[in-house]
Amino acid sequence: MNERFQIPAKLRNLSMFLIAIGIISLIAGVIVLLGSDNPNHTLQHADKTRFWAVLLQNSVFFAMICTVSVFIQAATTLAQGGWIVAYRRVPEAIGANVWIFALIAATVLLCIVFVFDIDGHNTIYHWVHPEGDKILMGKRAFLNPTMFACMTIATLGLWSFFGRKFRAISLSQETAPKNSTKIYWNSMKWAGGFLVVYALTQMSTTPWLWIMSVQAHWYSTMFSWYTFASAFVSGMSLILLFVIYLKNQGNLELVTKEHMHDLGKFMFAFSIFWTYVWFAQYMLIWYGNMPEETIYFKLRQQGPYSILFYAIFIINFIMPILILMARPSKRNYFTVTFMAMLIIFGHWLDFYNMIMPEPLGANWHLNWYEMGIFAGFIGILIISVATTLSKASLVTTNNVLLKEAVIHQS
Amino acid sequence: MAIKKFAVAAYDDEEVLFPAVKKVRNSGYKLHDVYTPFPVHGLDGALGLKETDLHVAGFIYGLCGTSTALGFMSWIFLSDWPINFGGKPHFSLPAFIPVTFELTVLFAAVGMVLTFCYLNQIMPGVKKHVFHPRQSDDLFIIVIELNDHVAETEVLDFMKSTGAIETNVQTAESEWWYGRWDQKEAYELS
Repeated sequence: MNERFQIPAKLRNLSMFLIAIGIISLIAGVIVLLGSDNPNHTLQHADKTRFWAVLLQNSVFFAMICTVSVFIQAATTLAQGGWIVAYRRVPEAIGANVWIFALIAATVLLCIVFVFDIDGHNTIYHWVHPEGDKILMGKRAFLNPTMFACMTIATLGLWSFFGRKFRAISLSQETAPKNSTKIYWNSMKWAGGFLVVYALTQMSTTPWLWIMSVQAHWYSTMFSWYTFASAFVSGMSLILLFVIYLKNQGNLELVTKEHMHDLGKFMFAFSIFWTYVWFAQYMLIWYGNMPEETIYFKLRQQGPYSILFYAIFIINFIMPILILMARPSKRNYFTVTFMAMLIIFGHWLDFYNMIMPEPLGANWHLNWYEMGIFAGFIGILIISVATTLSKASLVTTNNVLLKEAVIHQS
Repeated sequence: MAIKKFAVAAYDDEEVLFPAVKKVRNSGYKLHDVYTPFPVHGLDGALGLKETDLHVAGFIYGLCGTSTALGFMSWIFLSDWPINFGGKPHFSLPAFIPVTFELTVLFAAVGMVLTFCYLNQIMPGVKKHVFHPRQSDDLFIIVIELNDHVAETEVLDFMKSTGAIETNVQTAESEWWYGRWDQKEAYELS
């Protein structure tokens, strides 16, 4: 059995190429956008804001979708789900690399709060300078730079720690005595611990601080769930892409169409869950019709972002529900690969639409800089996960649930 | 509606049932059905049952629900009885979505249950012949359809050889029918 994964030169070159695009975009961004000397002050500020906002969107998006791999490991461990064991090395490898994206995200987030400044204003996080704003002064106990920094570092630190811990536990099982369940029960405690951490970060406070506070006057109690749904469905799509890639390389022989079918079900079901949460947030605001709440959708649905608003709805709901509904399409490698890439891109756009409207207004671009930074992050993701995957056997030979995974039927 | 002759064999172990089903399928006898007290994993595969198109039916029922809800609500609020709700437009799609969703689920669920019943020939008030009183208790029953070309004794001997603990031959109406249990014999004799 082909247990070891060797990084093909093609993949390495591709990821290096993507990283190169990312670095060039970043340097060009520093020169063109951050050093913008546009005589029109609005446009000049928009350029500078765009530089940081795109970095914010990408670093937060990638940190969140990688952490989903840690979450799915914890959830299946606690639920004693055996089917994931067939390809468990993939979420482990993604989870073990959360620290890279956490490091990037921490740098970007802290830079935006403490360094980014346009004539005494922070155009992304208005709450950094709340003076004279009654609403922001009222939120000051929670929305202040110290709180933001502490929560960000704690959140990202814990995500990275658990991501690496789960992989370490799983690897230590390989050297444990055959059929020993000691590590298995031990991993349950860690999984339970992570779910508490995850509930208190990703599912509640973190999206408030990182994303919702971009529009600091506005709030929605559905927002964290909405962000979680977005991250979760893209995270599952990411796992699926790696599994299919490894299968095409001749690895992961234990993964059958049954496992692919179940991963496809996750993509399908959580696309609908995303829509459900999206609509729950939208409809209550539409129904209540209160100006301080509808301002969020005024910009997005009727303002300059309406094309993104409807595109996101089509990519993230209409297409998955129609294409992934049938059983044969979830068992077809081409369809699921295509849909996984589409879903990741759709939710990347969704994050874009969550962050950009307030800082940039009508001056938004989906152009070389956005795509370049996106490509750079994809490159980092591919090479880091591939390196981790190549370091250990892809078959969790000694896992107590391995047999269950092999005979799994969807 | 046809009264036919069946050879019925009872097994008391799942482990015996699977090889027996395989042997019956290989033997060339016409397998009528297998009755088990609980869903046996992998039995549908062993029986060679194909996937039904129940989910396609469910999709169509769901579409019917969606269009019924949207059409009906649009008709009410646009033409039959327009009401001004807090200044919202008469055609307020977001407000229609929850009802549309519920009706989609309702149509799909009820429609699929009825289709499932039809495919399995079960329905309240409808009768089916029970081949063995313990088929829903603790025995696994294999039923083979007999015809003029096979000898009864040969089939019964074959089923005993596969591990059956009990065999018999029954003449019964295999389809479903309306009627009363106390009139079953009269029906069968007619």
